[in-house]
Amino acid sequence: MSLVFAGITSHAPGITGRADRASEAQKNAFYAGLERLRAALEASRPDAVIILAAEHFANFFMNNMPAYAMGMGEEYDGPIEDPEWLRIPHRVVKGAPDLGRRLIANILQTVDVAYAEEWRFDHGVMVPLHFLDPNNRMTIIPANINCQGPPLTPLHRAWAFGKAIRRAADAAPERIALVGTGGISHWPATPDSGRINEAWDREFLDRWARNDKDAMLSYTDEETYRDAGQGGFEIRTFITTAAAAGGKGDVWYYEPIPIFAVGCTAAVMEIV
Amino acid sequence: MSLYQLSKLLFRLNRDPQAQAVFLSKPETLLADYNLTEEERQAFLSRDVGLLYILGVNGQILMHFAALCGIEWSDYLQRMRDAIKQYGPVRAGIYAMTTSPDEKVAG
Ligand SMILES: [Fe+2]
Repeated sequence: MSLVFAGITSHAPGITGRADRASEAQKNAFYAGLERLRAALEASRPDAVIILAAEHFANFFMNNMPAYAMGMGEEYDGPIEDPEWLRIPHRVVKGAPDLGRRLIANILQTVDVAYAEEWRFDHGVMVPLHFLDPNNRMTIIPANINCQGPPLTPLHRAWAFGKAIRRAADAAPERIALVGTGGISHWPATPDSGRINEAWDREFLDRWARNDKDAMLSYTDEETYRDAGQGGFEIRTFITTAAAAGGKGDVWYYEPIPIFAVGCTAAVMEIV
Repeated sequence: MSLYQLSKLLFRLNRDPQAQAVFLSKPETLLADYNLTEEERQAFLSRDVGLLYILGVNGQILMHFAALCGIEWSDYLQRMRDAIKQYGPVRAGIYAMTTSPDEKVAG
Protein backbone atom coordinates (compact mmCIF):
# COMPACT_ATOMS: atom_id res chain seq x y z
CA MET A 1 0.00 0.00 0.00
CA SER A 2 2.55 2.55 1.11
CA LEU A 3 4.90 3.73 3.76
CA VAL A 4 2.72 3.96 6.88
CA PHE A 5 5.21 4.87 9.60
CA ALA A 6 8.62 6.54 9.89
CA GLY A 7 10.63 7.00 13.05
CA ILE A 8 14.14 7.06 14.44
CA THR A 9 15.70 5.71 17.58
CA SER A 10 19.08 5.21 19.21
CA HIS A 11 20.54 1.72 19.28
CA ALA A 12 23.58 1.92 21.57
CA PRO A 13 24.21 -1.36 23.42
CA GLY A 14 24.49 0.46 26.75
CA ILE A 15 20.77 1.31 26.56
CA THR A 16 20.05 -2.26 27.65
CA GLY A 17 23.47 -3.62 28.64
CA ARG A 18 24.22 -0.87 31.17
CA ALA A 19 20.60 -0.01 32.00
CA ASP A 20 21.22 -0.32 35.74
CA ARG A 21 24.00 2.26 35.67
CA ALA A 22 21.89 5.21 34.45
CA SER A 23 19.82 7.33 36.78
CA GLU A 24 16.43 5.74 37.24
CA ALA A 25 14.56 8.92 36.26
CA GLN A 26 16.54 9.43 33.05
CA LYS A 27 16.29 5.82 32.01
CA ASN A 28 12.55 5.71 32.66
CA ALA A 29 11.94 8.89 30.68
CA PHE A 30 13.84 7.51 27.69
CA TYR A 31 12.17 4.11 27.94
CA ALA A 32 8.80 5.91 28.03
CA GLY A 33 9.73 7.65 24.78
CA LEU A 34 10.54 4.28 23.24
CA GLU A 35 7.26 2.86 24.53
CA ARG A 36 5.40 5.73 22.87
CA LEU A 37 7.25 4.93 19.66
CA ARG A 38 6.27 1.27 20.01
CA ALA A 39 2.60 2.16 20.42
CA ALA A 40 2.68 4.45 17.38
CA LEU A 41 4.41 1.80 15.29
CA GLU A 42 1.85 -0.81 16.31
CA ALA A 43 -1.03 1.59 15.62
CA SER A 44 0.23 1.99 12.04
CA ARG A 45 -0.53 -1.76 11.55
CA PRO A 46 2.53 -2.51 9.43
CA ASP A 47 2.77 -5.75 7.48
CA ALA A 48 6.55 -5.40 7.66
CA VAL A 49 9.00 -3.10 9.41
CA ILE A 50 12.22 -2.04 7.74
CA ILE A 51 14.84 -1.58 10.46
CA LEU A 52 17.50 0.59 8.89
CA ALA A 53 20.60 0.31 11.02
CA ALA A 54 24.26 1.12 10.88
CA GLU A 55 25.70 -2.31 11.36
CA HIS A 56 28.91 -2.80 13.32
CA PHE A 57 30.88 -5.61 11.69
CA ALA A 58 28.40 -8.31 12.62
CA ASN A 59 27.77 -9.29 8.99
CA PHE A 60 29.60 -6.88 6.76
CA PHE A 61 33.35 -6.54 6.90
CA MET A 62 36.14 -4.85 5.00
CA ASN A 63 36.60 -7.91 2.77
CA ASN A 64 33.48 -6.88 0.85
CA MET A 65 31.68 -3.90 2.31
CA PRO A 66 28.39 -2.78 0.77
CA ALA A 67 27.45 0.88 1.09
CA TYR A 68 23.80 -0.23 1.29
CA ALA A 69 22.33 -3.62 2.04
CA MET A 70 18.87 -5.01 2.58
CA GLY A 71 17.61 -8.38 3.77
CA MET A 72 15.35 -10.82 1.95
CA GLY A 73 15.86 -13.82 4.22
CA GLU A 74 13.23 -16.19 5.60
CA GLU A 75 14.37 -15.48 9.13
CA TYR A 76 17.12 -13.85 11.13
CA ASP A 77 18.50 -14.26 14.59
CA GLY A 78 20.10 -12.13 17.21
CA PRO A 79 21.69 -10.74 19.17
CA ILE A 80 25.07 -11.75 17.82
CA GLU A 81 26.52 -10.31 21.03
CA ASP A 82 26.47 -12.33 24.24
CA PRO A 83 22.82 -11.98 25.39
CA GLU A 84 24.08 -11.59 28.97
CA TRP A 85 26.29 -8.71 27.91
CA LEU A 86 23.57 -6.96 25.91
CA ARG A 87 20.85 -8.10 28.32
CA ILE A 88 18.57 -8.95 25.44
CA PRO A 89 17.47 -12.56 25.09
CA HIS A 90 18.14 -14.45 21.89
CA ARG A 91 15.30 -14.53 19.36
CA VAL A 92 14.55 -15.76 15.87
CA VAL A 93 12.92 -13.01 13.82
CA LYS A 94 10.51 -13.55 10.94
CA GLY A 95 11.68 -12.08 7.64
CA ALA A 96 9.79 -11.16 4.47
CA PRO A 97 11.60 -12.82 1.56
CA ASP A 98 9.02 -12.04 -1.11
CA LEU A 99 8.35 -8.44 -0.08
CA GLY A 100 12.05 -7.86 0.53
CA ARG A 101 12.86 -9.08 -2.96
CA ARG A 102 10.27 -6.76 -4.54
CA LEU A 103 11.48 -3.76 -2.53
CA ILE A 104 15.08 -4.43 -3.42
CA ALA A 105 14.24 -4.83 -7.11
CA ASN A 106 12.53 -1.45 -7.08
CA ILE A 107 15.27 0.29 -5.08
CA LEU A 108 17.84 -0.98 -7.58
CA GLN A 109 16.26 1.30 -10.18
CA THR A 110 18.18 4.15 -8.57
CA VAL A 111 20.43 2.82 -5.79
CA ASP A 112 22.79 -0.15 -6.02
CA VAL A 113 21.73 -1.84 -2.80
CA ALA A 114 23.28 -5.20 -1.94
CA TYR A 115 20.91 -7.94 -0.87
CA ALA A 116 21.39 -10.56 1.83
CA GLU A 117 19.47 -13.75 2.62
CA GLU A 118 21.47 -14.19 5.80
CA TRP A 119 21.76 -11.55 8.48
CA ARG A 120 22.54 -11.82 12.15
CA PHE A 121 21.24 -8.92 14.14
CA ASP A 122 23.60 -6.98 16.36
CA HIS A 123 22.62 -4.24 18.80
CA GLY A 124 21.86 -1.88 15.91
CA VAL A 125 18.71 -3.90 15.21
CA MET A 126 18.22 -5.79 18.49
CA VAL A 127 18.10 -2.81 20.87
CA PRO A 128 15.33 -1.12 18.82
CA LEU A 129 13.46 -4.43 18.40
CA HIS A 130 13.69 -5.14 22.11
CA PHE A 131 11.64 -1.99 22.77
CA LEU A 132 9.53 -1.70 19.60
CA ASP A 133 8.61 -5.36 19.21
CA PRO A 134 9.00 -6.84 22.70
CA ASN A 135 6.92 -9.92 21.90
CA ASN A 136 8.66 -10.65 18.61
CA ARG A 137 5.47 -10.53 16.56
CA MET A 138 6.55 -8.28 13.72
CA THR A 139 7.90 -9.13 10.30
CA ILE A 140 11.27 -7.50 9.83
CA ILE A 141 13.29 -6.41 6.82
CA PRO A 142 16.77 -5.37 7.93
CA ALA A 143 18.64 -2.71 6.01
CA ASN A 144 22.09 -1.30 6.54
CA ILE A 145 24.20 1.68 5.65
CA ASN A 146 27.95 1.36 6.13
CA CYS A 147 28.77 4.02 8.72
CA GLN A 148 31.78 2.22 10.22
CA GLY A 149 34.47 1.45 7.67
CA PRO A 150 35.44 4.37 5.41
CA PRO A 151 35.19 5.22 2.58
CA LEU A 152 31.56 5.88 3.46
CA THR A 153 28.67 6.61 1.17
CA PRO A 154 28.08 10.38 0.72
CA LEU A 155 25.12 11.92 2.54
CA HIS A 156 23.35 12.80 -0.69
CA ARG A 157 23.34 9.09 -1.56
CA ALA A 158 21.82 8.30 1.83
CA TRP A 159 19.10 10.76 0.84
CA ALA A 160 18.68 8.99 -2.52
CA PHE A 161 18.41 5.67 -0.67
CA GLY A 162 15.55 7.08 1.39
CA LYS A 163 13.77 8.30 -1.73
CA ALA A 164 14.20 4.85 -3.27
CA ILE A 165 12.85 3.11 -0.15
CA ARG A 166 9.80 5.38 -0.28
CA ARG A 167 9.18 4.75 -3.95
CA ALA A 168 9.53 0.99 -3.45
CA ALA A 169 7.25 1.00 -0.39
CA ASP A 170 4.59 2.99 -2.21
CA ALA A 171 4.69 0.51 -5.10
CA ALA A 172 4.06 -2.49 -2.82
CA PRO A 173 0.54 -3.54 -1.73
CA GLU A 174 1.73 -4.10 1.85
CA ARG A 175 1.77 -1.57 4.69
CA ILE A 176 5.42 -0.80 5.41
CA ALA A 177 7.04 0.93 8.37
CA LEU A 178 10.56 2.35 8.48
CA VAL A 179 12.64 2.80 11.61
CA GLY A 180 16.07 4.39 11.26
CA THR A 181 18.45 3.51 14.09
CA GLY A 182 21.75 5.08 15.01
CA GLY A 183 23.41 7.68 17.09
CA ILE A 184 24.03 11.37 16.62
CA SER A 185 27.31 12.57 18.18
CA HIS A 186 29.05 9.76 20.04
CA TRP A 187 32.41 8.06 20.46
CA PRO A 188 31.26 4.51 21.16
CA ALA A 189 33.46 1.69 22.40
CA THR A 190 36.49 3.97 22.78
CA PRO A 191 37.97 5.62 25.89
CA ASP A 192 35.90 8.64 24.85
CA SER A 193 32.73 6.60 25.32
CA GLY A 194 30.17 8.79 27.07
CA ARG A 195 31.27 11.99 25.37
CA ILE A 196 28.22 13.60 23.73
CA ASN A 197 28.08 16.93 21.91
CA GLU A 198 24.60 17.95 22.95
CA ALA A 199 24.58 21.26 21.05
CA TRP A 200 25.56 19.46 17.85
CA ASP A 201 22.90 16.82 18.43
CA ARG A 202 20.19 19.39 19.00
CA GLU A 203 21.23 21.28 15.89
CA PHE A 204 21.13 18.09 13.84
CA LEU A 205 17.73 17.10 15.25
CA ASP A 206 16.42 20.57 14.44
CA ARG A 207 17.52 20.19 10.82
CA TRP A 208 16.04 16.70 10.80
CA ALA A 209 12.69 17.77 12.31
CA ARG A 210 12.39 20.59 9.78
CA ASN A 211 13.32 18.01 7.12
CA ASP A 212 15.74 20.56 5.78
CA LYS A 213 17.50 18.53 3.12
CA ASP A 214 20.19 21.08 2.28
CA ALA A 215 21.06 21.63 5.93
CA MET A 216 21.25 17.89 6.63
CA LEU A 217 23.39 17.19 3.59
CA SER A 218 25.77 20.07 4.27
CA TYR A 219 27.82 18.25 6.93
CA THR A 220 31.18 17.02 5.71
CA ASP A 221 32.58 13.81 7.22
CA GLU A 222 35.59 15.83 8.43
CA GLU A 223 33.30 18.15 10.39
CA THR A 224 31.21 15.27 11.67
CA TYR A 225 34.28 13.39 12.88
CA ARG A 226 35.64 16.49 14.59
CA ASP A 227 32.39 17.54 16.28
CA ALA A 228 30.46 14.30 16.59
CA GLY A 229 33.04 11.51 16.57
CA GLN A 230 33.12 8.41 14.41
CA GLY A 231 29.70 7.55 15.82
CA GLY A 232 28.34 10.69 14.19
CA PHE A 233 28.66 9.03 10.79
CA GLU A 234 25.45 7.21 11.71
CA ILE A 235 23.39 10.35 10.96
CA ARG A 236 23.05 8.65 7.58
CA THR A 237 20.27 6.38 8.80
CA PHE A 238 18.32 9.36 10.16
CA ILE A 239 18.82 11.29 6.91
CA THR A 240 17.61 8.32 4.87
CA THR A 241 14.52 8.10 7.08
CA ALA A 242 13.81 11.80 6.56
CA ALA A 243 14.10 11.41 2.79
CA ALA A 244 11.67 8.48 2.85
CA ALA A 245 9.10 10.18 5.09
CA GLY A 246 9.18 13.62 3.49
CA GLY A 247 7.29 15.45 6.26
CA LYS A 248 8.18 17.19 9.49
CA GLY A 249 9.66 15.34 12.40
CA ASP A 250 8.56 15.33 16.01
CA VAL A 251 11.29 14.59 18.56
CA TRP A 252 9.55 12.84 21.44
CA TYR A 253 12.68 12.32 23.49
CA TYR A 254 16.25 13.54 23.35
CA GLU A 255 18.61 13.56 26.29
CA PRO A 256 22.31 12.77 26.61
CA ILE A 257 22.78 9.73 28.85
CA PRO A 258 26.57 9.33 29.08
CA ILE A 259 26.60 5.80 30.51
CA PHE A 260 24.54 4.75 27.46
CA ALA A 261 27.23 6.48 25.36
CA VAL A 262 24.79 8.40 23.18
CA GLY A 263 22.27 11.23 23.13
CA CYS A 264 19.20 9.06 23.48
CA THR A 265 16.58 9.77 20.87
CA ALA A 266 13.05 8.74 19.97
CA ALA A 267 11.28 10.59 17.19
CA VAL A 268 8.65 10.16 14.51
CA MET A 269 8.21 11.84 11.17
CA GLU A 270 5.10 12.65 9.25
CA ILE A 271 4.74 10.89 5.92
CA VAL A 272 4.07 13.34 3.14
CA MET B 1 51.29 -3.58 10.63
CA SER B 2 48.51 -5.92 9.52
CA LEU B 3 45.50 -4.27 11.06
CA TYR B 4 43.18 -5.74 8.47
CA GLN B 5 44.26 -9.30 9.28
CA LEU B 6 44.09 -8.67 13.01
CA SER B 7 40.63 -7.14 12.68
CA LYS B 8 39.46 -10.05 10.57
CA LEU B 9 40.56 -12.54 13.21
CA LEU B 10 38.57 -10.69 15.87
CA PHE B 11 35.59 -10.27 13.52
CA ARG B 12 35.53 -14.05 13.02
CA LEU B 13 35.88 -14.68 16.73
CA ASN B 14 32.92 -12.40 17.48
CA ARG B 15 30.69 -14.28 15.03
CA ASP B 16 31.73 -17.89 15.43
CA PRO B 17 30.95 -19.84 18.63
CA GLN B 18 33.32 -22.66 17.57
CA ALA B 19 36.18 -20.21 17.22
CA GLN B 20 35.26 -18.82 20.65
CA ALA B 21 35.56 -22.31 22.14
CA VAL B 22 38.95 -22.74 20.47
CA PHE B 23 40.02 -19.33 21.74
CA LEU B 24 39.28 -20.31 25.32
CA SER B 25 41.26 -23.57 25.07
CA LYS B 26 43.95 -23.24 22.39
CA PRO B 27 43.99 -19.64 21.15
CA GLU B 28 47.26 -19.98 19.22
CA THR B 29 45.66 -22.41 16.77
CA LEU B 30 43.43 -19.57 15.54
CA LEU B 31 46.46 -17.61 14.39
CA ALA B 32 47.38 -19.94 11.55
CA ASP B 33 44.96 -18.31 9.11
CA TYR B 34 46.12 -14.75 9.73
CA ASN B 35 49.32 -12.99 8.81
CA LEU B 36 50.11 -11.01 11.95
CA THR B 37 53.16 -9.24 13.30
CA GLU B 38 54.71 -10.59 16.49
CA GLU B 39 53.32 -7.62 18.43
CA GLU B 40 49.81 -8.30 17.13
CA ARG B 41 50.11 -12.03 17.98
CA GLN B 42 51.21 -11.23 21.50
CA ALA B 43 48.51 -8.61 21.98
CA PHE B 44 45.90 -11.17 20.93
CA LEU B 45 47.26 -14.09 22.95
CA SER B 46 47.77 -12.02 26.09
CA ARG B 47 44.28 -10.49 25.68
CA ASP B 48 45.81 -7.03 25.83
CA VAL B 49 42.78 -5.03 24.71
CA GLY B 50 44.62 -1.80 25.46
CA LEU B 51 47.36 -2.63 22.98
CA LEU B 52 44.82 -3.90 20.43
CA TYR B 53 43.17 -0.49 20.68
CA ILE B 54 46.52 1.24 20.12
CA LEU B 55 47.11 -1.00 17.09
CA GLY B 56 43.93 0.42 15.61
CA VAL B 57 41.29 -2.27 16.13
CA ASN B 58 37.83 -0.72 15.76
CA GLY B 59 35.97 -0.57 19.07
CA GLN B 60 32.91 -2.16 17.50
CA ILE B 61 35.01 -5.31 17.15
CA LEU B 62 37.18 -4.87 20.21
CA MET B 63 34.43 -4.38 22.81
CA HIS B 64 33.07 -7.85 22.04
CA PHE B 65 36.52 -9.41 22.30
CA ALA B 66 36.86 -7.69 25.69
CA ALA B 67 33.51 -9.14 26.77
CA LEU B 68 34.61 -12.60 25.60
CA CYS B 69 37.71 -12.21 27.75
CA GLY B 70 35.47 -11.38 30.73
CA ILE B 71 36.63 -7.77 30.91
CA GLU B 72 33.91 -5.63 32.43
CA TRP B 73 32.89 -2.38 30.65
CA SER B 74 34.57 0.19 32.88
CA ASP B 75 37.69 -1.96 33.02
CA TYR B 76 37.68 -2.13 29.21
CA LEU B 77 37.62 1.67 28.99
CA GLN B 78 40.32 1.99 31.66
CA ARG B 79 42.61 -0.47 29.87
CA MET B 80 42.44 1.66 26.73
CA ARG B 81 43.26 4.81 28.72
CA ASP B 82 46.15 3.05 30.41
CA ALA B 83 47.43 1.81 27.06
CA ILE B 84 47.63 5.38 25.73
CA LYS B 85 49.98 6.16 28.63
CA GLN B 86 51.98 2.98 28.15
CA TYR B 87 52.24 2.74 24.36
CA GLY B 88 51.42 6.24 23.11
CA PRO B 89 48.67 7.33 20.72
CA VAL B 90 46.57 5.06 18.51
CA ARG B 91 48.72 4.10 15.52
CA ALA B 92 46.15 3.25 12.84
CA GLY B 93 42.46 3.01 12.10
CA ILE B 94 39.85 5.70 12.72
CA TYR B 95 39.65 5.72 16.52
CA ALA B 96 42.19 8.26 17.71
CA MET B 97 41.41 9.28 21.26
CA THR B 98 39.93 12.77 21.76
CA THR B 99 39.93 13.10 25.55
CA SER B 100 42.76 12.91 28.07
CA PRO B 101 43.78 9.49 29.41
CA ASP B 102 43.22 10.88 32.91
CA GLU B 103 39.64 11.87 32.13
CA LYS B 104 36.88 9.42 32.89
CA VAL B 105 34.03 10.50 30.60
CA ALA B 106 31.45 7.94 31.71
CA GLY B 107 32.10 4.53 33.20
FE1 LIG C 1 25.90 2.27 16.04
